[in-house]
Amino acid sequence: MNSWPLLSLIIFTPWVGALLVFVLRRRVSAGVGRVLPILLSLSTLVLGGLALGRFDPAVTGLQLVEKHAWITALNVHYHLGLDGLSLVLVLLTGIVSPLALFGTTRSVRCPAIHGALFLLLQGSALGVFLALDFFPWFVFWELSLIPAFFLIKLWGGPGAARAAYQFVIYTIGGSAFMLLGFAALYATAGTFDFVELAALARDGTLATRLAAHGAFWPQAVFLGVLLGLAVKVPLFPFHAWLPSAYAEAPTGTSMFLTGVMSKMGVYGFLRILWPLFPAPLHAAAGPLLWLALGGVVLAAFAAMKQTDLKRMVAYSSVNHLSYCLLALFAVAASGPAHPDATAAALSGTILQLFNHGLSAAALFYCIGILESRAGGARSLDNFGGVRTAAPVFAGLCGIAMFSSLGLPGLNGFVGEFLIFRGVFGLAPWAAAVATLGLLATALFLLTFWQRVFHGPAAGAGVNFRDLDTGEILTLAPFIVLMFVLGVYPQLLAGLINPLVTSWAATLP
Amino acid sequence: MNALPCTIYVSFVGALLALAAGSRSAGAARLVALLTALTAWGITLAAALDFVPAAGLRDLVNMPWVPEFGIRYHLAVDGISLTLLVLTGLAATAGVLFSWNIKERTGEFFGLYLALIGGVYGVFMSADAFVLFVFYEIAIVPKYFLIANWGSTNREYGAMKLVLYSFAGSALVLAGLLWAYAAGRATGFGFPELVAATGRLDLLQQTGIFALVFLGFATLAGMFPLHTWAPTGHVAAPTAASMLLAGVVMKLGAYGCLRVALPLSPDAFHLLQPYIAWLAVIGIIYAGFVALVQEDFKFVIGYSSVSHMGFVLLGLAAANATAISGAVFQMFSHGVIASLLFAVVGRMVYERTHTRQLADLRAMPLHRMLPFPAVVFVLAGMASMGLPGFSGFPAELTILIGAWQTNPVWALGAAAGVLVAAAFTLRAIQVSFFGRTGPDICTTPLETLPAVTWPEKAGALLLLGATIYLGLSPDTLLDWIRPALQSPYFHAILTGGAS
Repeated sequence: MNSWPLLSLIIFTPWVGALLVFVLRRRVSAGVGRVLPILLSLSTLVLGGLALGRFDPAVTGLQLVEKHAWITALNVHYHLGLDGLSLVLVLLTGIVSPLALFGTTRSVRCPAIHGALFLLLQGSALGVFLALDFFPWFVFWELSLIPAFFLIKLWGGPGAARAAYQFVIYTIGGSAFMLLGFAALYATAGTFDFVELAALARDGTLATRLAAHGAFWPQAVFLGVLLGLAVKVPLFPFHAWLPSAYAEAPTGTSMFLTGVMSKMGVYGFLRILWPLFPAPLHAAAGPLLWLALGGVVLAAFAAMKQTDLKRMVAYSSVNHLSYCLLALFAVAASGPAHPDATAAALSGTILQLFNHGLSAAALFYCIGILESRAGGARSLDNFGGVRTAAPVFAGLCGIAMFSSLGLPGLNGFVGEFLIFRGVFGLAPWAAAVATLGLLATALFLLTFWQRVFHGPAAGAGVNFRDLDTGEILTLAPFIVLMFVLGVYPQLLAGLINPLVTSWAATLP
Repeated sequence: MNALPCTIYVSFVGALLALAAGSRSAGAARLVALLTALTAWGITLAAALDFVPAAGLRDLVNMPWVPEFGIRYHLAVDGISLTLLVLTGLAATAGVLFSWNIKERTGEFFGLYLALIGGVYGVFMSADAFVLFVFYEIAIVPKYFLIANWGSTNREYGAMKLVLYSFAGSALVLAGLLWAYAAGRATGFGFPELVAATGRLDLLQQTGIFALVFLGFATLAGMFPLHTWAPTGHVAAPTAASMLLAGVVMKLGAYGCLRVALPLSPDAFHLLQPYIAWLAVIGIIYAGFVALVQEDFKFVIGYSSVSHMGFVLLGLAAANATAISGAVFQMFSHGVIASLLFAVVGRMVYERTHTRQLADLRAMPLHRMLPFPAVVFVLAGMASMGLPGFSGFPAELTILIGAWQTNPVWALGAAAGVLVAAAFTLRAIQVSFFGRTGPDICTTPLETLPAVTWPEKAGALLLLGATIYLGLSPDTLLDWIRPALQSPYFHAILTGGAS
């Protein structure tokens, strides 16, 4: 069992499954066509659980490594590995993806093809979290776009064509320059391997060699890679594609986009940008901190202005992920002086990734329910008094909202608290400004709660049908995890603490 | 290995046989064409299997032809030629499969088609400029008749423009080579002799010779701003001819640049290098933007070819081992992808819907009417965008790395080109096959159009398989190409950069 390439299985089971579902789509009954993708999607949780069992949190290096020569002409290796950060995100993918499929499978047209595309997307995201060589990593990074494009375009709302196009072009625009950055890195270092490049970056040889063409170029390469990742997160002001993509996507895809795909960008910052460009990131951290603050504050205020609930939660996603970047940039800006605050900020970042994945996916699912009951309408004005007619739904959705808001006792609190604790120690003024974002978040989520769930029944709120078993089963795991991780965050923090402490200790 | 020259002879004999068989029945001519193409391709693959990568050309045939002028019938191959020979076989076979429905004068069609293929094989094996020339002209003439007789939109104009450009290009090459031969007192038309002859001249003359020869070949390669023949020619040509034009014939020009023009005068090349590189970069971006606003489906693909050939020229202009190996890889990759795109657009879509206007296609639920071509086009589009996992990616990545080593700003321009390519390809996918999507997206297919036939499926799978295989295993070609560039023949043009 120990010799099994576990990480490859994690990535490729969904891909092979996608092929299987596509090939079998006309040969099996509609029911099997619905269930099969869900089961295959669940494989990530099962295999991720196995990986969890074999994972040793005390070891801060990469584990379960698989490394094989692939393209000798370009010194490319098929190199996979896992540390606490990857593991947390693999588990998140394992939780969000099957639930997103399960929760929406009854309403989705043509479940087999939808399921196949979804599995492709899922496998790509897993590849991004596990690959340690730019070439395979970029394969997964780019190939995730195509299934996402079709999921949005073919199953999405009326503006989906435009939203899908914008989403892909923005992302490819970023990654074209990231690709150039890596071409430059290869030209100077002769390797695409993240680990080897990070080692070269640590002792400064990478920057020295990049400067061979002129002192300007190390910064330019850094900016190229930054751009690719910043669009994906997205970092303000590269977020323009996000609200319409999230809003037009079908519910299950929105859940995946916000729950998993948005994490790919932050993951890239932690796995690639920071280790490979410590000095340029340190130099640029000041302005970047402002951009992250812009995301925190402006996105929250933008969310306040939305009447479309999906757009509101989409902006809130930008806000929540900007906290992660805020913490990272604060760490990069301040250097090794405050190891405690640094460790807090970084643990907060990783916890926030996981927690936001849960709460945002749950919120999108709730909005999906509102939307389907209201015949496609999802404006604040279309509802009222839903709580009276659907108390269970109101309760569960309320918990998801409070988790998103960061109420103590629920999961969201821990990550945000640690981020604020860290950033206050590193850049107090930034933390002070960022509280504005917290305030605005509270405002728009409470507005959402009041307008939709309270007051006299109005609009689609009249005779609102409460959750059925399938919907409760979809939301229940999210809600249970929100409580469990809120009360006992050690479950997750234990996986990453040694890693984060070692990051904080080896800060340049 | 030594059987490689047979590809030429087999193609020519096949051409005659197809012509003869065509007078009896169309089916016989088709079969002859398919068998001929397969045989020639099989010969190249067999040669590839026992090919030992090495620096320098390996002689296949070398005997006097016109001794008075030192002209020899000299055929030789190295890893670069072999790459293009295999491509020719592949594209030719796929082209036959996509021409299965030609009904008018089938014998003549395949006769001309196979003659064209024979000429192309000959060019890629020539080690003597005169021989190269002869084979090149053999390839041009059938091209004209193929377009003028079996073409579509504006076919006389397209055919005439294409042939005039081709002849003008080859005239420039000829003038340059004769200049070198005469002024440098060469003893023959072998490439090394011409290089030596040019080397005996002063830099001014060298520059003149280089400019003539390079411009001539670059015209054939579709280099901006001498590219205008390519899109019109592609649009006018029948499907198989567009496939060969974009897939193989444009590569003749790029191959000529690499094999003949650049080594002819390294000094002149280094003098003009930045201008060539900038033209390539401008071509990549400009043609990409033009493709973005085309309303005729085939013009989109036509301009995308010009844009992708810009990468080849950039790789050549960057002139280090990495960049040039990327350029040769891109020749192969683009040959496969462009053939596939033209096959989908010209054969699978146009011959069923009888329109190529994107505005018309947008109004049809084409993904339901033609599900197989839709999937093929999406995959081919992904390959064309340069997404990893397909052959375009390692090609463009290698070119970017090489270009960076020579001048980072060129690489920056090329990266912008990657983005434009994504934009126009995605637009084409979106508008053509998925222009009208609705709640009926995946109910049963609409069978209002003739079904896709087996030759089309076979051809599409062949080309798709090639691009995916090379995307995952680029070593296959790079292991042939890189040693070839170590030859002393290329030594003087390689500048800087890691080898």
